[in-house]
This record gives sequence, structure tokens and C-alpha cells, in this order.
Amino acid sequence: MTAAAALFQMLIFPGFFFLIILGLAGQFVDRKLYARLQNRVGPPWFQPVADFFKLLGKESVIPEEADKRMFTLAPVFALGAVIASSFYIPLWNAKPLPAFEGDLLVVLYLLLIPTLTFFLGGWYSRSIFSTLGAVRSITQLFAYEIPLLIAVISPALLANTWSISGMVQYYTSHPGRWLFNLIGLAVAMVTLLGKLEKVPFDIPEAETEIVAGTFTEYSGRFLAFFRLAIDTEAIVSASLVAAVFLPFGFGLAPWLAFLVYLAKILAILAVLALLRTVFARLRLDQMINFCWKVVAPIAFLQVLVDLVVKELL
Amino acid sequence: MSDIEHIVQIPVGPQHPALKEPESFMIDLRGEKIDAVRMRFGYNHRGIEKGCEQRSYTQDLYLVERICGICSYSHSTAFVQAVEEIAGLEVPRRALYIRTLVAELERVHSHLLWLGVAGHEIGFDTLLMYTWRDRELVMILLAQLTGNRVNYGLNTLGGVRRDITSEQLPSILKVVDSLEERTKYYIELAQTEETLRQRLANVGKLSKEDALALGAVGPTARASGVDRDTRRDDPYGAYRDVSFKVVTDNHCDVYGRTVVRLGELMEAYSIIRQLVKNMPDGPILVKAPRRIPEGEAVSRYEAPRGEDVHYVRANGTEKPERVKVRAPTLANTQAVAKMLEDGYLADLPIVIAAIDPCFSCTDRMIGINDHGSGPRRVMSWEELSRYGVDFYRRKGIDPSRITLRGGSAA
Repeated sequence: MTAAAALFQMLIFPGFFFLIILGLAGQFVDRKLYARLQNRVGPPWFQPVADFFKLLGKESVIPEEADKRMFTLAPVFALGAVIASSFYIPLWNAKPLPAFEGDLLVVLYLLLIPTLTFFLGGWYSRSIFSTLGAVRSITQLFAYEIPLLIAVISPALLANTWSISGMVQYYTSHPGRWLFNLIGLAVAMVTLLGKLEKVPFDIPEAETEIVAGTFTEYSGRFLAFFRLAIDTEAIVSASLVAAVFLPFGFGLAPWLAFLVYLAKILAILAVLALLRTVFARLRLDQMINFCWKVVAPIAFLQVLVDLVVKELL
Repeated sequence: MSDIEHIVQIPVGPQHPALKEPESFMIDLRGEKIDAVRMRFGYNHRGIEKGCEQRSYTQDLYLVERICGICSYSHSTAFVQAVEEIAGLEVPRRALYIRTLVAELERVHSHLLWLGVAGHEIGFDTLLMYTWRDRELVMILLAQLTGNRVNYGLNTLGGVRRDITSEQLPSILKVVDSLEERTKYYIELAQTEETLRQRLANVGKLSKEDALALGAVGPTARASGVDRDTRRDDPYGAYRDVSFKVVTDNHCDVYGRTVVRLGELMEAYSIIRQLVKNMPDGPILVKAPRRIPEGEAVSRYEAPRGEDVHYVRANGTEKPERVKVRAPTLANTQAVAKMLEDGYLADLPIVIAAIDPCFSCTDRMIGINDHGSGPRRVMSWEELSRYGVDFYRRKGIDPSRITLRGGSAA
């Protein structure tokens, strides 16, 4: 592979540019579905793009008290980490750019960085609402990250590999075995709501309590990039879930595999939108209780299932 | 390290997304738990009581109707009842029926609105969208009956200004039927939806003793087991002629307040049906004198948010000598501090919202004695303008082109 081709893959397709387009499209799907489920009309298809450019054109205020460097770097790091993690996930071709044993953990690690930037950005805003939102972000992180991690590594146990493309190969050559991981899929969906800070886990940006949490002081292009990072994170996380829990369609013709990939992402986004429609926001203590006492044991059950299945097969 | 250092102060208000009106709640926070709350009211004072003294009784009717944007009809009816009592007016039965009908429709729209706001406060926007969609039915109905969606302008001294035609009665029943269907769905939702129950149950506790001691009224009191309802205890309008149940609940928390309001919605539908069925014929208005004879009266009225009390003193002229309004929120604010004790920050919006506060109804002028500036003094309009101009001049803004009232340039 030439350097130019690699650069094209990283920056244009299926890298940076493609993911951003997909992120904005995903935001539209989410908002439209959410609105339709609530009996509203919802935004037109170009609304996310219009919002993005509108924010770019707005004044970007940096609070006097804030740490200027951390405040401005946080959105960039969030977006950078999300895009970087996407390189390791097989989207529709079975082998991503750089695949190696252990890239599953690298992806999970990189997907943790956006939450850390929420914390840092909020903390260095020095505003009371931002600080509270930042602390809530990081508190919530400890509740959902562990069940998510357990849920995602259990299919890896069955496949006996720590590489996502390895898992995809295993499940492609043993069709139907991904059905053993359905519990993990459910756990991953629930924890994704926490990762993406959506209802019922939108505690760090609970509007009626702490205004916009971390993002209270953010405006203009900084806010635009933060929001872009969140939209892209939704796509990348959905891609990870699709690759790990729904590993089918990778062997098809490229255009067909691409359509299957889009269908999977769309389905995951639709479920996320549905979940955030039907629940009320939990309190932080309730959320942590729920994640540790309900979600984490279920995630361990998935590990158990995979270990037993591995012994039997 | 002392405890003090762990306390974070956060200002909820005067401008805050959880509050629909400007009020200040200064919260001392220990982690996620509330340590102390300091409330400060007065941002919405509009001088309506004083304004009433300078207008005629008929003009006042429209002024008191604007005390509140939601229970506007409550204030208007409470005021008109007091004046009619002083003047000794016998209001025709049909007018009383129409007043009661509109009052109950107002209760329906107010409670549906509350349910939506409560949903929003706990991050359940779907509930907000659903209830406000359904509320639109009753809003349209009110507009058809009275000509306005809010501030109906229906009351006048001695009766009502608009009759309800016989063609309108079936449309009322139709709206009530579909709203009852929807309300049953919300009741089922409140009983079965787990996150909703988790966010409402055991939040904002107010025991029966506290509710009585702090003088809570309306659904807030009834949810703490206080069996009080002005409509039954001191009937006015057509409430003597209808049978209804006073809904109470013993949960003593926000969940109880939700249950009570949902129950009251069902009762309101039943009251509306009875009123439509038994609507008497006859005039809707008796002639009222322009000058109201000397006297005073207190009028009690069960507004959607609780008991609304109006006091009017007449001195034989066209204008009242004194009008005093005790809006239900004023009675309930005392209870809020109690409810917030030991609560979580996350519960603050819903606990405040659970009394269905209307701060603009409540706000009165607060006199502040500034230390060191001597005794309180009254500023004339010119003095106040000049003070304002000087204030901005000191900041480097020159408002000299603005002409003051009275013609003199600053």
C-alpha cells in the first residue's frame, strides 16, 4: 500500500471525512427518530450540518478564569481520539488499516479519551456548573466503563483473540456463534447510553440541574468540535458494537458489505434513540447502583456463557 | 481539612434552565447532596395590588387576570367573587355554571402542563411532548368557548360576558372523552414506568404534620394526606350542585403529588360532564353598579395549584381601597425548604416543580434596609431616572440623548 493510498484512507474514506459525514448523518437519524417517537416533526436532513456551520461562525468565548490551553485543546483531543480509534475497527472490510493482537483494548482505551476530555474541559472552565458536570462525567465513567469492557471482551474470549479483525474472522468462519453474545450486546447498548451521555444517563449534562454541565462555558467553534466529536463517537462506538457483536456480512462484495454496515449502524442508532425516548433521567447514585448491581453481573454472566460455550464446542 | 471546604455553592437562578421564572435558590452542596438552600424571591414584582387601587373594578378584573399566565381565571374569579359579595349581587345560576366549567377546564390544562414540566425536570422529555400535545385539545376548546387561550376575559361583575351555545356543549364532551382516555394512559404510565417511579418516589418528602404546620395548600397538601379542598369545604360557583371526590394520597412525596394531580384530572372530567348535562337556562349577567358600596370581603377559590385567597376592601367609590392576593405558591414555598432537606441536587428541579410554583403570582415588594445608608426612603420617578442615568454615566455609557418623562433632558 502506498503512502498516498494510506493517507487517503485515513483522511477521506473511510477515515476522518467519511466519519464526520456519517456522524452528522447519525445525529440527524437520532434527532429525527427521537422527534417522531415524541410526536414531533423533527429537523430537516441538513440541520446537523447547518448547526455545525452556525456554531463555527459564532463568537468563541473563553472564560477569563479558564485555563486557556486546556479549554481549547479538549475538543480537539476528543475528536482526534475518536477518529484514531476508528482506524482499528473493521467497518465493512474484514481488515482495518493497522490490525494487531490487542487492538480491541486500544480501541476501548481511545474511546475513553473523549470522556476524559469532557472532564478536563469542564474542570478547566472553572465554572461551577462545568465543574459539577466534569465530576459527574468522571464518576459516571467508573460505573459504565467496567461493564462495557467486560461485555466487549467476552466475545474475544470465545474467539480466543484480542484483535477485532481476528474476532471478525473467527465469527465469519463460524457463522451463528455470535448469537451466544446477545447478552453482551444488550449490556453494550445500555452502557453506550452512558458513554454517549444520553437519557437515562445524561446526568453530566442534566439541563435542569447544571445547565449544560461540561459544555456550559463552551461556545462557537470549540462547542462545534465538541459536538462533532460526540456525534462521531456515537458512530465509532456503534461500529465497535457492530464489529464485536454483529460480526456478519464482512465476506460479501464490498458494496454489499458497506450496505450491511450502514444497516447495522442505523439499527444501533435507532435502538439508542428508542431507549432515550422511553426513560427518565436517573440520579447519579441510582445510575451507579444500576450499573454495578444489575449491568455488571449481567456482563459477567456473558463471560461465563462464553467460557462454557468455549469448553463445550 | 474542615467540613466547610467540601461545600460547593451553586446558584440555581435567577436565570436557570430549571426555572421558568426568575427566582434565586442558592444551594450549598456537599457532594451531590444538598446542605442548605437559601431562597430569594422578588424578581417578578409588578405592583399589581397597588395598580388595582388606581383602576376601576372592571379594569381591575383584567389586571388581576394577568397575575398568572396559567391560572388566570382563578384570580379573576376569586376577585370578582369578593366584589360581588360586597355589592350583594346575585349571580345567575347559568353564569355560575359557565364559570365553574371554565375553571375546571383551566384545571385540566394546568395539570397537564404540570405533568409535562415535571417530565422535563426529570429528563423525561417524551412525557413533556405527549402531555403538551394533549393539552392543546383543551387549549383549543377554551379558545373556542371564551375567545382566548389564556386570560379568557370571561368574567365580569355580576356574571359572564359570553354564553356557551348549545352547539358547543357536545364539543366539550368530545374533548373530555379523548382527554380522559389519554389521562388513563398517563396514570398507567405513572404506575408502571420504572425510571419515572424511581425519580419521583421518596423525593421531596413532606409529612402530614409539616404540611399542616407550614401551611401547604392544594395538591401539595393533599398528597401529604391533608384532606382539604375549598371546592368542597367552602363551595362557590356551581360546586354545590356537582358531586366529586377530593383526591388525597399518603405517599407524601413527589410521586404522591403526581398521583393527586392525575386523580384530580379524572375528577375534573366528571365535574365537566355533570355541568354540561345540568347546564341551566336563563340569563348570564345581572347589572352591577359602577360604585361598589363600602365593605370588605375575602374570597376563597381552589385554583389548580391550591387555595387562592383574594381580599377586597371597597370604600363606596369606583375603585377599590385595597386588594390583597394570597396566591397558592406563597403558601407552598415554605414547604419547599423542608422538602429539599437532605435531598440530592438532581432532585432539586423536580421538588421545586412539584408544588407547581408560579413565582410571578407570589412576588411582593421587598424593602431592603441597607446598613449604613440610613432609614428607608422613597424615590420619585425623576429621582429614579436620574439615578439610572448617573449609574450608566459612571460606567462610561452616556444616555444623554434619552429624554426623561416630564420633558427635561438628562
